[in-house]
Amino acid sequence: MTLPTWRRHSRLSGADPAADVKDELRFHLEAKIDDLVRQGWNPEAARSEAERRFGDVRAIEEIGQTMGGKMERRRRFSEYWSDTVHDARYALRTLRRDRGFTAVALLILALAVAANISVFSVVNTLLLRPLPFPDSQRLVWIAPPPQTCGFSCSTYSADAYDAFRSLSRSYADVTGYEAFTVENNYSFSQNGDSQPATAIEVIYNFFQVLGVRPELGRTFAPEEALQNAHPVVLLADPYWRRQFAADPSIVGKEITLNGKPTTVIGVLPASFDFGAVFSPGKRVDLIVPLSLDFERNWGNIVTMLGRLKPDATLGQAQAEAYLVVPHLCWSNKYPQSCGQYAGKDTMQLRTLKEYVSGHLHRSLIVLWAAVGVILLIACVNLSNLLLARAAARSKEFAIRGALGASRIRIVGQLLVESLVLSCGGSVLGLGLAFGLLRWLAHQGSLALPLLGAVRIDGQALVWTVCIAVLAAFLFGLVPGLRMAAGNLQEALKDSGPGAGLGRRHERIRAVLVASEVALACVLLVGAGLLLRSFMKVLDIDLGFQPDRAASIRVEYDDSAPDAAASSAKRGAIFRQMIERVGALPGVEAAGIADFLPLGPNRAWGSPVPKGKVYDKSVSLPSPLVYVVTPGFFRAMGMRIRGRDFTWDDVSTSPRVALINVSAARFYWPGEDAVGKALTTGSNSPDLNVIGVVDDVHADNVEHSIGWQIYYPVTQEGPDDAQLVVRSQLPPASLAASVLQALRELNPKQTAAEFRPIRTIVDRANSPRRFFMLLVAVFAGLGLLLAALGIYGVISYSVTRQTQEIGIRMALGASTGRVQRDVVLSTLRLAGIGLAFGTIASLVSARVIAALLFSTSPWDAATYGSMIVVLILVALVSGYLPARRASRIDPMTALRNP
Amino acid sequence: MDTAKLEFFRGTLDVLILKALVWGPLHGYAVTNFIRRQSEDALLVEEGTLYPALWRLESKGLVDAEWGLSENNRKAKFYRLTSVGRRRLRQEVRTWEAYAAAVAKVLGATRPPLPEEIG
Repeated sequence: MTLPTWRRHSRLSGADPAADVKDELRFHLEAKIDDLVRQGWNPEAARSEAERRFGDVRAIEEIGQTMGGKMERRRRFSEYWSDTVHDARYALRTLRRDRGFTAVALLILALAVAANISVFSVVNTLLLRPLPFPDSQRLVWIAPPPQTCGFSCSTYSADAYDAFRSLSRSYADVTGYEAFTVENNYSFSQNGDSQPATAIEVIYNFFQVLGVRPELGRTFAPEEALQNAHPVVLLADPYWRRQFAADPSIVGKEITLNGKPTTVIGVLPASFDFGAVFSPGKRVDLIVPLSLDFERNWGNIVTMLGRLKPDATLGQAQAEAYLVVPHLCWSNKYPQSCGQYAGKDTMQLRTLKEYVSGHLHRSLIVLWAAVGVILLIACVNLSNLLLARAAARSKEFAIRGALGASRIRIVGQLLVESLVLSCGGSVLGLGLAFGLLRWLAHQGSLALPLLGAVRIDGQALVWTVCIAVLAAFLFGLVPGLRMAAGNLQEALKDSGPGAGLGRRHERIRAVLVASEVALACVLLVGAGLLLRSFMKVLDIDLGFQPDRAASIRVEYDDSAPDAAASSAKRGAIFRQMIERVGALPGVEAAGIADFLPLGPNRAWGSPVPKGKVYDKSVSLPSPLVYVVTPGFFRAMGMRIRGRDFTWDDVSTSPRVALINVSAARFYWPGEDAVGKALTTGSNSPDLNVIGVVDDVHADNVEHSIGWQIYYPVTQEGPDDAQLVVRSQLPPASLAASVLQALRELNPKQTAAEFRPIRTIVDRANSPRRFFMLLVAVFAGLGLLLAALGIYGVISYSVTRQTQEIGIRMALGASTGRVQRDVVLSTLRLAGIGLAFGTIASLVSARVIAALLFSTSPWDAATYGSMIVVLILVALVSGYLPARRASRIDPMTALRNP
Repeated sequence: MDTAKLEFFRGTLDVLILKALVWGPLHGYAVTNFIRRQSEDALLVEEGTLYPALWRLESKGLVDAEWGLSENNRKAKFYRLTSVGRRRLRQEVRTWEAYAAAVAKVLGATRPPLPEEIG
């Protein structure tokens, strides 16, 4: 590329468009005057004539100045641009020459950027972006504050819902869904084969309140929610695609659900995922209207959410809720149940967003901070690598400086080099993050909300660009300034390693490495604390044995004219099932319960010990109710004292129940509960406690345990039936024979999933596992980078000291001595980093304290192992250069300075 | 005819300037002289149109400008054709000739229009 002439010119005199225009026009005028004088005019007359002919000089000048200014600006820009392009080309050339360096730098950057983009995308989806509903900030979750009695204490009855909806003025509308849905609660039949499907029952105005429009068809009409209306269903997009091959004419067709013809009235858009918002980690296939009238007798059944009116605030709605709650009745049939929702567990309003992802806020922030630290470590590392390179290139820069390149130009060139590197790394990182997020979005079993919506979007791209530029400046600036500040003459005279510049570089590099180690410390401690918490969580005695057991949802028909007959019929069916399945080879125990621990649950009011009267002020929690068969406790691996239910506990025999240890301790403190009696109401017979069950983590793994009560299926009606099978064999190998046995008894049994109990526990633990794993991966990455940094610095210093070491060896220093020195200097470096890192960790551990489970943020074991790990890593990274140092041949070293 | 000023067609001045520079760099005054002399005083370029036209050509990259010394040792701004300018000139000349020939053919008509052409 040749230098255009104007550039040479403007370089010398400095561009000044206004002066140029004036000069040019003056020349024109004078040339004219000369001509006129030559034609015989006298000079005075010639000047005025020339000026007259010229016209308005000022106007032309003005045009010239604006045009010239514009040209000048363009010129300057194109000059910068061509400089930058030139620098970028040069950078590409040098980077291509230094393949090893480039590969390492790109890899480091790609990993750091990938981690940052992935976490940003997750944070963006879960925390920053509004929920995927129009005006989602006006959606409010309406529930009592969290308690230990499970779903029953976080829901409202149909009557309470109706009253709340009509009494509240703050909402455009209030809706809700049935909270007690178990997976695979429906069966879809096609061509004689039954498939399980998960359906959720919602109040008919659910989609209007959320603002979700169906992709095809329409949403529910009020009359479709009436009892005995013709059943209708909305299909979730994935189910429509999977089960109906995305049939565009599905709307209006009849399908068979639970043996009944049901009209498909619409298909929901792919962007609406019920599970992702309301029940993370679970899939929902079908949406059906909830019949409030049918539910009226069932107590607390719906969760409530509302859409605020445009002029209402959350605070107003909350104030109003306090006034409305005392008027809500659990059931309008029982006037004494009115006002039951007021008092200790009054209503708590949160935005829907807060409900969905509020509890993840801290974890995500920690994760974000962790990737920030990773980026910092990567930058420090690259800074270090660039410094090493810069040292080798100091002569090149000195020569360029001597030839007239300004310092800014040299710093600029190094920054362009960093930018080229960081752009390359970011592109690679973006690719990595893309793959990672695609994988993550398909982790259906991970109980994190909105995960399916995680993707790289425009904001993530902007974030990437920010990170790339920031990183480039972070890691490019120190070496750049360092190089530009170097003494030219010293660098030019410098005959190679061992000179002052090198030594100064080494000091900066030592500081950089120490800070890298410190940062890695913080990450390691964070990961260590989270890992220990996770181990503690795994060690929790859940009250049941999740391993070697699996469950399958079974179907039965216990319809009978009255409750007693129904119980007897049900008992017979279940007994047959359990005996049949229990006889299968390898099966140790089998039993049925309506709900399993860590799944849906409910409570049925508060029984009291017979003869005891509690003061009004004593809060009587409602125990979670489980209706089970004999053998269930053994199948689940739950420990009981007293006796299990038998098939002889029937509706005509005395009522029996088992309660958990916590409840027993409250009802009869210091006494044995077995053999005592409870009353559940003035006109029900006494309930005899025949045994006490060890506390089960029924609601969640990590929090405190509430009360539980177990009834026999032959005396109380279960809501559902989960058959639990305990066996020595892996569940998968039993699945077929269990299903076959069930089908022999009930040909309509759907091919439901035979699910290991362990997966239920894993799903409950999945958010913790997920965060722990991520932080651990980041810590590993940080450790690797720190090790690389240590290795780089020590290795470089060994190279620089080759001569010195050679002399010392020639003077009699032993191999061991040389090795020891190098390793010691490594340890000194790591030690300084460790000291600062430990302090930083102690401070930052407070931030994650809230995420820990029975682990102190100052857990000595974690800190101890972090220190051991870092010292080991430092030793390994220092040992390689040490070994090289000890193999230096004194003669060669001295001959080749 | 000699005193009548011919109005320049739009864009014509640009071509004339480019043509003026074909033999080598010239300053603005020389360009006016060239056009005047070559057109035998039929075309008088006013300064108010010449300079903006020159600058426009410069900003388009059709000409380059450089300061130099004039015949009588004055500092003057010389314009030089760039290769882009040269290419443009060739193209404009071709267009102009085609246009002029076409106009001449029409104006040189000796027969009245045919009846079907009127209809």
